[in-house]
Amino acid sequence: MIKVEDIHKSFGEVRAVHGVSFDAPDGKITGLLGPNGAGKSTTLRVLYTVLKPDAGSAAIDGVDVVGESLRARQRIGALPHGSGLYPHLTARENVAYFARLCGIDKSEVDDRVDEIIRLLEIESFAARRTKGFSQGQRTKVSLARALVHDPQNIILDEPSNGLDVMATRSLRRLILKLKDLGRCVLFSSHVMQEVAALCDDICIIARGQVAIDGSIDDIRERTGCDYLEDAFVHAINRVEAE
Amino acid sequence: MRTILIVFIKEVLENLRDRRTLASALVMGPIFGPILFAFMINLSIERSFEDVERTLELPVIGQEYAPNLVRYLRGRNIDVIDSPLDRTAAIEAVKTGQHDIALIIPRAFGEQLADTMPAKIELVSDQANSDADRGARRVRSALRGYNSELATLRLSARGVNPMVLQPLNIDEIDVSTPSGRSAMLLGMMSYFFIFATLMGGMYLAIDATAGERERGSLEPLLSLPVTRDQLILGKIGATCLFMCLSLTLSLLSFHVALKFMPLEQLGMTPNFGPAVVIAAFLLFAPFVLLGAAIMTLVASFTKSYREAQTWLSVVLIAPTLPIVVVSILTLRPKLEFMFVPSLSQHLLLVDMVKNEPVNNLHVLISVVSTLLFGALFTWICARLYRREGLLG
Repeated sequence: MIKVEDIHKSFGEVRAVHGVSFDAPDGKITGLLGPNGAGKSTTLRVLYTVLKPDAGSAAIDGVDVVGESLRARQRIGALPHGSGLYPHLTARENVAYFARLCGIDKSEVDDRVDEIIRLLEIESFAARRTKGFSQGQRTKVSLARALVHDPQNIILDEPSNGLDVMATRSLRRLILKLKDLGRCVLFSSHVMQEVAALCDDICIIARGQVAIDGSIDDIRERTGCDYLEDAFVHAINRVEAE
Repeated sequence: MRTILIVFIKEVLENLRDRRTLASALVMGPIFGPILFAFMINLSIERSFEDVERTLELPVIGQEYAPNLVRYLRGRNIDVIDSPLDRTAAIEAVKTGQHDIALIIPRAFGEQLADTMPAKIELVSDQANSDADRGARRVRSALRGYNSELATLRLSARGVNPMVLQPLNIDEIDVSTPSGRSAMLLGMMSYFFIFATLMGGMYLAIDATAGERERGSLEPLLSLPVTRDQLILGKIGATCLFMCLSLTLSLLSFHVALKFMPLEQLGMTPNFGPAVVIAAFLLFAPFVLLGAAIMTLVASFTKSYREAQTWLSVVLIAPTLPIVVVSILTLRPKLEFMFVPSLSQHLLLVDMVKNEPVNNLHVLISVVSTLLFGALFTWICARLYRREGLLG
């Protein structure tokens, strides 16, 4: 469960996020939707604690991301935007390294890694060094790495970027699987259809602010638009007009 | 501690598989030094021997006015060759570099000699050219020899003991040991060791920040439930290991290479046996931590791998500065120098290689002060690794 309350973050003159609040409950998929540069990545970076908010707070399962960042990180599996792998390690070693750093005992690492490799269907290239992997392969290994310690909360920043149709479909299946396991999945995207197809709740962000949030039906109703795309444009125009 | 070890092991494993890191740690540093050193030694041997052995070609104008002198010069391994036509042409030829030196014997030479007047003779050379200078020196010493031979003959002819012209008998006693004489050249060794040490860890240091950032692996790493201190310490640790490896190889390769260098011909007998190799390792080992921390620190400010490489090549040169200053001023080891990393290692190594007694207090100060600097920079590094701007 992720709770975000009125967070602000500026980089010098640029106000990346000002006043974003939303909840992402367990057992649901929450989508962070918004145009490029809307503040999605900054919000997520605050959540996986690599950035500190200037104001406001956020909590993972009730653990404050600023005050107890180490404990908060224990409850998160994060896939930052454009995640890279260690090219001289095999896919398996990449995953095992993160497993060890997450505190999984040496004796259990192998089983855990096997399990996650099966879940993500990467057996066929798990033993290869990751240098020269395709974008799809890289994303899958990065995901395996993020999920290896079986986190309750999963934060994915534009996970479908650069993936082909097949890879996108298998990513979607995985996200739904995680939801069925009762995990809290929060992911960002600028692709409307993807969000519409997957998410239970949507939070539309524009110019560092929440334009509108709620379930898909909710948003349709409140904007008076049948199509999510129209609702999206509608909400964003409203923010930009202010 | 466990986490630091996990990071350390992963970094070591990864870099052992990286050809570029291996090349710089195991090949570049250790091989580059001895090769450059051998090259310089051979050059200086050639220089010092070629002078006496090689026949010096000397254009002489007006050979017909001094046949005896020409004969004398030929006897001193100076080949008198035909030359430009006149004095002006000779000066011009030296100016343009066509000849290094030229000797001009005026028409009046024979007459002046016969009249026991000082006979004028001109030696043209370009003193800014060190080759010409050496040649000129040889000609000058030959002329001086001819001069004193003539003087002796004249005095004898007048029944005067030639000894009256030699009131002093100067005998020089050189107390420098053969090892001591080699110090100047061997002083360069310490820089090679520092260079090899730094080269060994360069790519790991870049990788710790700029490399991870550029690859996109830094952010996932920082989102793990480990502290950044643990990450940076593991990384600096791995950098230290590669630096130690490179330092060891470099010491060993020098130990072997020195046996094949004809140093005795230069009057050198450097002491670089197993005991000195081990002592040198212990002396330079504290510098490893400092080098690793500084390199990681500098790399953390850069935006890309390439930029990091550029800045780190500056770091490779920086430790030479104190060494160069001290070498130019030819300063002796002093207590306060021992507080300066790289300089203290250099001075102590020179003493060891020269087979001179090493001051234990100096060693202690060198080790402790270098370690303290290393700890300080590691701390700064860890502080900077915590900042948000690290993500770039």
